[in-house]
Amino acid sequence: MTDKYTDLTIHSAHELLKAKKLSSVELTRYYLDRIGKIDQAVRAVVTVTGDLALRQAEKADKLIAGGKDGPLTGVPVLIKDNMCIDGIRTTCSSKMLENFIPPYNATVVEKLNNAGAVIVGKANMDEFAMGSSTENSAFFTTHNPWDLSRVPGGSSGGSAAGVAACEAVYALGSDTGGSIRQPAGFCSVTGLKPTYGRVSRYGLVAFASSLDQIGPLTKDVLDSALVMNVISGQDPKDSTSVPETVPDFTKGLNGDLKGMKIGIPKEYFVEGMQPEVDAAVKEAIRKLEELGAKVEWGVSLPHTRHALAVYYIIAPSEASANLARYDGSKYGFSYQDTNNMWEGMEKTKQLGFGPEVKRRIMLGTYALSSGYYDAYYLKAQKVRTLIRREFNQAFEKYDALVTPTSPTIPFKIGEKADNPLQMYLSDICTLPVNIAGIPAISIPAGFAKNLPIGMQVIGKPFAEETIFKISYAYQQVTDWHKKTPKL
Amino acid sequence: MKLSREEVVHIAALARMSMSEAEIEKAREQLAVILENFEILKEVDTTNVPPTAQSINLQSVMREDIPGESLPAEKVLANAPDREGDLFKLRPVLE
Repeated sequence: MTDKYTDLTIHSAHELLKAKKLSSVELTRYYLDRIGKIDQAVRAVVTVTGDLALRQAEKADKLIAGGKDGPLTGVPVLIKDNMCIDGIRTTCSSKMLENFIPPYNATVVEKLNNAGAVIVGKANMDEFAMGSSTENSAFFTTHNPWDLSRVPGGSSGGSAAGVAACEAVYALGSDTGGSIRQPAGFCSVTGLKPTYGRVSRYGLVAFASSLDQIGPLTKDVLDSALVMNVISGQDPKDSTSVPETVPDFTKGLNGDLKGMKIGIPKEYFVEGMQPEVDAAVKEAIRKLEELGAKVEWGVSLPHTRHALAVYYIIAPSEASANLARYDGSKYGFSYQDTNNMWEGMEKTKQLGFGPEVKRRIMLGTYALSSGYYDAYYLKAQKVRTLIRREFNQAFEKYDALVTPTSPTIPFKIGEKADNPLQMYLSDICTLPVNIAGIPAISIPAGFAKNLPIGMQVIGKPFAEETIFKISYAYQQVTDWHKKTPKL
Repeated sequence: MKLSREEVVHIAALARMSMSEAEIEKAREQLAVILENFEILKEVDTTNVPPTAQSINLQSVMREDIPGESLPAEKVLANAPDREGDLFKLRPVLE
């Protein structure tokens, strides 16, 4: 296998395509071929969409020949398998949707199509996006390209591993409590969770509707901005998408951080955090200082310690309502061996969902049930208010907050599989961001024992431009994001 | 502390989800451990704090009701576990 195109970014691929040094069909064949060889080891892809990709590549080549192309035209992308593509199996890595063929496109897919994108496959994930390692996929576990015995993170583990292993130039993922950022950190790629409402959720299989958001996983910050230019914006099909102007996200990327005020919340450098992660992130923060940012250490966000409980009450509660639709009547797995309606429904869920999904349905149902609603769900919603306020107050003083993405380097496959609470803790630094609905990005910030470490930059609502500016500047003076795993 | 068997069975019934004996036993323990962790919220004073259900400030988003094209019935029904003509076929609700 040649490594000919493994260093390609969206912007460098676009240049090659524009200069006619390469056609999109050639590039697409290269990536399909690479998936065929590499993915036996990495296992990032649930469904390879070769026919679709080649059709799209031919169309892209025509767009380029006619000068009607944009930055994403003709460039191969992986889509997390919880976003609907018309006529292409969309499984959510669940037995429940193993044979589900969506009759329509998600809005993000529609937007990518209009931009001339080439979709090479559907990426593996934790079932219904519930998990932090892809071990909850009903089909197989994705392996971390930096060490195949370790997890790639999750739930967008297939998207992150696929980009790191160069099975596509970029990917889309979704993030409910860290599901883009944590795997981006574990696989050394750039992963953005936009502000809630920035990107339409239409056609994204719902997990926790007040927290879910789609975003890009890319090789660098410029690529992330290019994807956001295409997928952002209000959508009449998603009433929670906001009528906020979409700027050109590439505009402010100039490497200059003078006048930028950055706060470092001490609660994110938690007990039990690996010292290598602590050291790497602090080193990265000092780089930001060198670039001209004014850094204030020791900022305090005391409600951070309540975020895990708030999240694991609110997300499962919303999930238990969202997943009630999988009753075996209209689509998806359906238990047929009975004439009793209730038994059919109950067995459909028992046999169609995996253990973690069932655990969260139970948790959510419990938190919403009569007698516990006030103590759990309502209480969590009130503390959610306090967490939001705390962030708002911090953002009166700082343009951004910087933290580790995860307290550890990627863990071994199987290490936390039977301990749900330990698994939940790997999202401790990313959960508060979803609770508050604000944007955050994870960028590569170093390695320990040849395993990636991610740094998270958190911004004000709709200030993706600020966190792009900071992380772009960092990538101008570091080359962590340019390293690729040997496969 | 484990949850009682009755409690787990009650929650599963509310969720309309069957569970095997082994699943019930595991849930009694695992749910209890997670719920115990939620106790931390008791230390937070939330007197006069309003709940947050979502993080954007949009409310009651309305649009014109303009008829458009619907999805083709054949495409939608292609995923149906059972059908009769252009209808989903379900088990009897009332017997």
